[in-house]
Amino acid sequence: MFESLTERIGRTLDRLRSKGRVTEADLDAALREIRLALLEADVGFRVVRDFLARVREKALGEEVLASLTPGQQVVRVVRDELVELLGGQAAGRPLQLSGSPAVVMLVGLQGSGKTTTIGKLGRLLAGQGRHPLVAPVDLARPAAVLQAVQVARAAGLAVHEHDGTGTPVGRAREAIEHARGRGHDVVLLDTAGRLHVDDELMAELQELERTVRPCELLYVADAMTGQDAVRSARAFGEHVRLTGVILTKLDGDARGGAALSVAAVTGVPVRFAGVGEKVDALEPFDAARMAGRILGMGDVLGLIESAEKAFDEREAEKLEKALRTKRFTLDDFRATLGQIRKMGPLEQVLAMVPGAKVPAGANVDERQLVRFEAIINSMTPAERADHRVLNGSRRKRIARGSGTTVQDVNRLIKQYLEMQKLMKAFGGRGRGGKFRRLLGR
Amino acid sequence: MLFRRSRNGKDGSPGLRERLRRGLARTRSRLGAGLRRLAPRGRRVDDALLDEVEELLVEADLGVDLATELREVLAREARGRELTGPEALAELVRRHLVDMLPAPSAPRPVAEPPRVTLVVGVNGSGKTTTTGKLAARWAADGRRVTVAAADTFRAAAVEQLVAWAERAGAQVVRSQPGADPAAVAFDAARAARARGADELLVDTAGRLHNRKPLMDELAKIGRAVAKEIPEAPHETLLVLDGTVGRNAIEQARQFARVVPVTGLVLTKLDGTARGGVAVAIGRELGLPVRYVGVGEGIDDLLDFDVDEYLEGLLAPDGDPQAAEAGA
Repeated sequence: MFESLTERIGRTLDRLRSKGRVTEADLDAALREIRLALLEADVGFRVVRDFLARVREKALGEEVLASLTPGQQVVRVVRDELVELLGGQAAGRPLQLSGSPAVVMLVGLQGSGKTTTIGKLGRLLAGQGRHPLVAPVDLARPAAVLQAVQVARAAGLAVHEHDGTGTPVGRAREAIEHARGRGHDVVLLDTAGRLHVDDELMAELQELERTVRPCELLYVADAMTGQDAVRSARAFGEHVRLTGVILTKLDGDARGGAALSVAAVTGVPVRFAGVGEKVDALEPFDAARMAGRILGMGDVLGLIESAEKAFDEREAEKLEKALRTKRFTLDDFRATLGQIRKMGPLEQVLAMVPGAKVPAGANVDERQLVRFEAIINSMTPAERADHRVLNGSRRKRIARGSGTTVQDVNRLIKQYLEMQKLMKAFGGRGRGGKFRRLLGR
Repeated sequence: MLFRRSRNGKDGSPGLRERLRRGLARTRSRLGAGLRRLAPRGRRVDDALLDEVEELLVEADLGVDLATELREVLAREARGRELTGPEALAELVRRHLVDMLPAPSAPRPVAEPPRVTLVVGVNGSGKTTTTGKLAARWAADGRRVTVAAADTFRAAAVEQLVAWAERAGAQVVRSQPGADPAAVAFDAARAARARGADELLVDTAGRLHNRKPLMDELAKIGRAVAKEIPEAPHETLLVLDGTVGRNAIEQARQFARVVPVTGLVLTKLDGTARGGVAVAIGRELGLPVRYVGVGEGIDDLLDFDVDEYLEGLLAPDGDPQAAEAGA
């Protein structure tokens, strides 16, 4: 299991602080921990080196070593610098559209997710009252045009369809003409996937850029990319004038250090993040959240946010009351299960908890939650208020009523008791607000 | 030529050699040219040099752990010694890398054709292209090939595969978009047997390894094929994008949990990618690399050979352009 970076750095510094003053050498020891974390997250080697040099300078300048919590302070500096490098204020900025039609051009390596992203971007724009036209100009890969057409249709978007012959520039021109004639105000250009060593294809991109004059030229990067992210992004950045980056496949469990590499070498902010296969799974990029993810601190913000979205205020209040009175009944347990289900796929929720590594294939089973709810629903109010009355014959009745087995009922009760213990730990001694702060507000 | 083609070099066109050279020069030059540059004759093996070697290894996606381990081994064996020539350091690194990689396992015997190969991987790694290239290669060897288009999810995946299969002269079993992929695989297994095919290739939809429902679906595809052909799949290839980083290890681990992965395919090695993470996967999970994709043409899938691969990774004859870019 990946230990949180804050803890690791904290320990490094704590060990040393007992000798008295924390020195520069101690800082360097902490920076080595950060270096390791960044490299393991796939941040480019040289990017890491430059980054740490800046962090070191900042940390010394801000005298974090003299503070009472040097470990946390170092992490703060690292985080701030990460956020800055990922685009700072400009991260997650919406598309800046100009021209009629406005042309948005997507470029990137093969398999990075350009076409899928086009569908998502188009859907986003359509939702803002725009009339986008998808223009496939990848004439190299078999069925690439067809893929764009199908993606566009699935997203309910208009598409400039053709048979894949001709030239990319010719097809792009046609699409723009077509857009003008039909009142489309945005053209989304889906270019061919590139392996950037191929100068010929790079030249094609440059010619496209000159011809269509895009107001946004976005580089699509796969979040799972390793050290190569630096090299490919640099090559694209040298050939065309990028205005932003879209990071795809962030719904995987890669730490996503590629984001940092790409932002560092292209010098443009990350604007969007692809977070799933569905057509609306595109979000404005959140630099702070990404910084935490790269550092292995978990997507705490993401967890809190999705919890906030799902967690009902009143339910939260009731729960908190239950916690404060130190009574956590099966009713409360059922409410909790419902809330958890609303937060989204359980694996996704767990993936956001720092340290809670989801063992794949483990029992993160949504159906289990449904079964649990069914079992509790089959209980009488008296049983829900006090589980101790549940003797053998009651359990048998409940199993029959909920279409489960007595073993299932037993399992539920066991889990409930464990949860109750946890709740007591959370809720004891007037700290009842803590749980609520985590899940509610 | 670094990689030997398994069929008898029917393609004697002058383009082939050049294509291979171009494709592999990148991979080859990284470590090779890098090591050559920093280890000229007579340079002492000191901490600075070891640091640089470690950096090269990390930049080839071998990972910090492996790079550090190699560094320590090199330090033990060579610190303070003078290198006898530019090859000496590369040879040392190469020897230890060979030790780390699993020995290629013998292919599973096929009691009764067809032999079934399941192709799996995350989105965008190059499964469909790999499936198409394998079909072409085996068809060119005179084998009867059936391909199951079991990626019923991604837009136009079936059409892409059909385009490849047509070029290859292979039979395709397909269904409607959104159809149950396990059913497609099952039908294909039945069809392949009925027509006496030698090979059945099953292309599957890309899936992220942390999505349980999709991984369950993959397991079901495996079971569906086995229903018709009991010992299938004989081979399960995990396709990895050559540019992928540390996450590939987790990918391999998770895919191997739901289907019996027998080997890796490293794609897109004609870019700047080096696919060094394969060393880490080989070490940790014992999975050998079976094929490498080095281009977009139908012939650009090559047999993988451990020795030749590392030779390529470390050999001092990389192209000057790449050496410069790495400087």
